[in-house]
Amino acid sequence: MTMVYDALILPFIEFAFMQRALAGAIMLSLSACPVGVFLTLRRMSLTGDAMAHAILPGAAAGFLFYGLEIVPMTIGGLIVGILVALGAGAVARLTVQKEDASMAAFYLISLSLGVLMVSLRGSSVDLMHVLFGTVLALNNDALILIALVSLLTLGMLGIFWRALVAECMDPLFLRSVSRLGSPVHFIFLGLVVTNLVAGFQALGTLLAVGLMILPAAAARFWTQQVAVMCFLAIAIGLVSSVGGLLLSYHVSLPSGPSIMLSAGVFYLVSVVASPRGLLLSRLPRAVHRAA
Amino acid sequence: MPDLTKDVSSVVQACLNFTDLTLGYDRHPAVHHLNGKVAKGSLLAVVGGNGSGKSTLMKGIAGLLKPMGGTCSIAAGTRLAYLPQQSELDRTFPARVIDLVSLGLWPRRGLLGRHRAEDREAVSRALVAVGLEGFEKRAIDTLSGGQMQRALFARVLVQDADLILLDEPFNAVDEQTILDLIGLVTIWHGEERTVLVVVHDLDLVRAYFPETLLLARHPVAWGPSRQTLSQENLLGARHYREAWNENAPWCAAEASVHGSHGHSHHQDRVKAGAR
Repeated sequence: MTMVYDALILPFIEFAFMQRALAGAIMLSLSACPVGVFLTLRRMSLTGDAMAHAILPGAAAGFLFYGLEIVPMTIGGLIVGILVALGAGAVARLTVQKEDASMAAFYLISLSLGVLMVSLRGSSVDLMHVLFGTVLALNNDALILIALVSLLTLGMLGIFWRALVAECMDPLFLRSVSRLGSPVHFIFLGLVVTNLVAGFQALGTLLAVGLMILPAAAARFWTQQVAVMCFLAIAIGLVSSVGGLLLSYHVSLPSGPSIMLSAGVFYLVSVVASPRGLLLSRLPRAVHRAA
Repeated sequence: MPDLTKDVSSVVQACLNFTDLTLGYDRHPAVHHLNGKVAKGSLLAVVGGNGSGKSTLMKGIAGLLKPMGGTCSIAAGTRLAYLPQQSELDRTFPARVIDLVSLGLWPRRGLLGRHRAEDREAVSRALVAVGLEGFEKRAIDTLSGGQMQRALFARVLVQDADLILLDEPFNAVDEQTILDLIGLVTIWHGEERTVLVVVHDLDLVRAYFPETLLLARHPVAWGPSRQTLSQENLLGARHYREAWNENAPWCAAEASVHGSHGHSHHQDRVKAGAR
């Protein structure tokens, strides 16, 4: 018993930095995972990835002028992220070009600007910090930011839930009964950006999107209801966060990748072992129903 | 309204009113200078070849396509339900049949209104009406084409609309399903709802639809189905040019700089059965 306690509980009781990391990861899971569910269902998983890269120049601009400070980096990331989301979304909605192409164009421009700006100043250590984050060094500002983003996200999801589901399931139907289609799309993109910005301090710009996509992608294998899928994704996100933090603590691994890899394990197990996964759907069933 | 005196149908309240309606894509019209009224409670079949503007007209009425010219006005307070030909429904979305049909509650409850017991009852009644009783908890990606069409009809039922637009609802659906769905359309007609259906099967039209609009980009004929679907009119409809003519001359009505003579050059083409 004490061994289990020592391994799983004690690190969080003993060290303040572990408590902060845990609090940050829990709040991020609560908001980023359901956003990720809709991101994957809308086949925008790679859009999330693109957005994560796109916020880099904003964060870099903040970094360039103020050093490694959370507020300017966050505001910068937010502004650039929203610009890219609006730009790519507008091109997709108003021209013949589809969102994947416009998003790729905007994020590539944005990413190269970002790398250029970071390289103007600072060593590769700084770049690594911006790209991969440090969940074990979350300060108060960062925690407050993450808390605000979680609250905002859960609130918006609660209010626009029905429209978001309808827009994902049958957008043309939503357009025929309501004008909320386009607004809800942009609100959703806004949520993606804010969650990425909240996550990059903890997980870095490259991995922030992982906490959105991996639990959601894993959850899809287990359920046929979008609400259940959201709760499952949150649960997987929470367990992966705690597991990843403990792994990084005990084996001295970088925390961000540890969390992502824990979620990755959930995903791979789901791919293989879930009712609709590789194994069970391939197995010949001895019994089937009469109708 | 100067034409009220001439128009017989004006005795009945109009649900839809097309005035010189031109709809299209990229300045090429797909529905050209359509005039006329659809009386409240009518059951109208919209027929015509591929590319004759049937779907475009539906989109225009549903407000999903802005007119290039003219207007399409719907009587105030009309609730509209639209079942498109190419549904954007994502069949892989994690939802059950009951979730799909419950979308039809939107006009009643909107974004935030709580779904009440009576709403859930309406949904299960709709499922019974389309013959999908017991399918509530089935995932939508397990439905056959016919079952999906039944589920979409159930959603239209739940929408409880006054004006129902069905764009080729009987495509790729077996005979039994067609008969069941036609039964629903007939019930709606009996309930004084206005129903517009795009149909290809002319026998079906003659058997079940009192009125028909024969489109060939411009209205070839519009009136009682038997008259509208005469050999002469059908031949006339076949002679129009479907080809997308990139360099088609500008329409005279438009070219005369919003001239007042308007659409008269098409009026004379509306043959027998026209009002």
